Amino acid sequence: MLLEVADIAKTFTVRRGWPIPRNVSVRALDGVSFSVDHGEALGVVGESGCGKSTAARVVLRLIEADRGRIAFDGEDVLGASPARMRALRRRMQIVFQDPASALDPRQRVGAALAEPLAVHGIAKGAAVRARISAVLDEVGLPASSANRYPHEFSGGQRQRIGIARALALAPDLIIADEPVSALDVSVQAQILLLLAELKRRRRLAFVFVSHDLGVVRHFCERTVVMYLGRIIESGPTGALFDAPKHPYTQLLRGASPVPDPEAEKRVLIPEGEPPSPVAPPPGCHFNPRCPFATNICREIAPPLRDMGAGRVVACHHAT
Amino acid sequence: MTASPALSVRGLTTSLRIEGAWHDAVRDVSFDLAPGETLALVGESGCGKSLTAMTIMGLLPAGIGRLTSGSVRIGEIDTSALEDSAMEHIRGDAIGMIFQEPMSSLNPVLKVGFQIAEPLIYHRAMSRRAARRRSLELMELVRIPAAAERLDAYPHQFSGGMRQRVMIALAIACSPQVLIADEPTTALDVTVQAQVLELLNGLQREQGLGILLITHNLGVVAGNAQRVMVMYGGDVVESAPVHEFFASPRHPYSVALLAAMPRVDRPASDLAPIPGQVPSLVTMPDGCRYQGRCPLRIERCATLPPLVAIGDTGRHQVRCWVTAPPASEAS
Repeated sequence: MLLEVADIAKTFTVRRGWPIPRNVSVRALDGVSFSVDHGEALGVVGESGCGKSTAARVVLRLIEADRGRIAFDGEDVLGASPARMRALRRRMQIVFQDPASALDPRQRVGAALAEPLAVHGIAKGAAVRARISAVLDEVGLPASSANRYPHEFSGGQRQRIGIARALALAPDLIIADEPVSALDVSVQAQILLLLAELKRRRRLAFVFVSHDLGVVRHFCERTVVMYLGRIIESGPTGALFDAPKHPYTQLLRGASPVPDPEAEKRVLIPEGEPPSPVAPPPGCHFNPRCPFATNICREIAPPLRDMGAGRVVACHHAT
Repeated sequence: MTASPALSVRGLTTSLRIEGAWHDAVRDVSFDLAPGETLALVGESGCGKSLTAMTIMGLLPAGIGRLTSGSVRIGEIDTSALEDSAMEHIRGDAIGMIFQEPMSSLNPVLKVGFQIAEPLIYHRAMSRRAARRRSLELMELVRIPAAAERLDAYPHQFSGGMRQRVMIALAIACSPQVLIADEPTTALDVTVQAQVLELLNGLQREQGLGILLITHNLGVVAGNAQRVMVMYGGDVVESAPVHEFFASPRHPYSVALLAAMPRVDRPASDLAPIPGQVPSLVTMPDGCRYQGRCPLRIERCATLPPLVAIGDTGRHQVRCWVTAPPASEAS
């Protein structure tokens, strides 16, 4: 395995309330484990506040985990020294949803791409320019783009620049946090095909965070579903979405719109919204919204159970 | 015959001023919206779908946008002829609108109960007390839990889905005939999106509301609209009943849009992206505005094709020389 994440937890403390603010803790990650192999894309899905973006950032130590273990190519990430961490970060890059806010508006694209090369001491002088041209070409942009500013590009082109910057260091793993969510469908398809091509050609691994199950089904071999800081189901993407076992995955799948007016609405959407991660209910976090909840669900958090064929589910009643 | 339409738009052309010159951003859009019907207006950024809505609402920013030609009737009233001051009596009364981000439409320093009451006081001359009572009923109607306690809450105390419900309560306060919903669920999680759409569908059934649903999401269209109009570069390129549209889309852009959409209900297949991007208004080609990205382009595309009815019902219309040539020319 290229990346192995085991039993990660993260609690944020936020000050809330008026007129007297109090510290409340938000458990963003509660014992999350997953792994990604070379050349594999792992989808991470769930709704706002489920912890999917935190999980992605913890891997890069952009957020420090409270506990747990992360191994990248066998090396301990959480215990790595600053020097080792810099070396590891060369091999793990991130692509954000909104490349406009990840790029400096006053920095030319070429300079933005040269920066990581200088930081990591990978190329100097003319070699930098050659490397930038090559990586721009790889993401389908002309070499002349290097002399232009981010605002001169469309949203799709800016995302190509974001991808080019991640690629410049020749990483093994890309953490992609909603990389196509801000794009129109036609451009989204262009970027998805580009990512798929890079994945195949460079044998890149992806942790692919998205709220769009269609995008995940298209891009990821395996998927984990998160709910309030926990992974509640995982498995091969196709099987997971065709026959979800956890009632929450069923809900998510049933609520995802499909462009087919004949598709029957299979799931009744319960009233209410995901409970706040500040005060998640005891037992299974999903129990207040679950049509199948029984006493055990209100008391004991269900462990992840192996269901065979790569499927894992955290539900007392799933079969 | 069918009942008279709740909203009738004829030959609507809206222009935007860019660097001193006027460019047509919506061209010759015509449609009728029946009471109790949902018509979806779909297309990608810059296709003119939101601008069409803003024109109907009389909300074009002066000096930047103008209604160049065409007419809008809401119920019995020709609103395109109205002064701004008269239009203020129509907005929020005969026609309501909800937006993608309710937080930017709600006033952050006013209690939501008061904001819902405001149109009732303004349009219906209700007393404050009666309007407050009605606000509570409306909040219950849009199924906001513990509505009585939340009348005096502020918008930031609501979740995104609940805020959108507040917006809906506000928009339907005066029982409008028409509701324009511009990407109403785009900012919401899918389960909340499904709840809000179900709420809108329920209100529509009960009140006979005509809904103009503006969205980029063809999945939302399939599940919630009876008819669909696809726009590209300000032109309506296809218009059809929903079942017919998804079964046999005819305009090359509609076909491409469906092929570019990754689907959760099917095994991963090859996505077909649409090459290039939408030209800017300044660089739009003459004739069919999709021609630069279209695989079926012919010489004739340099002139704009008419919207041609295909099939037996006349309800499926397509604007394309290749896939829907005018009947007089079809062999």
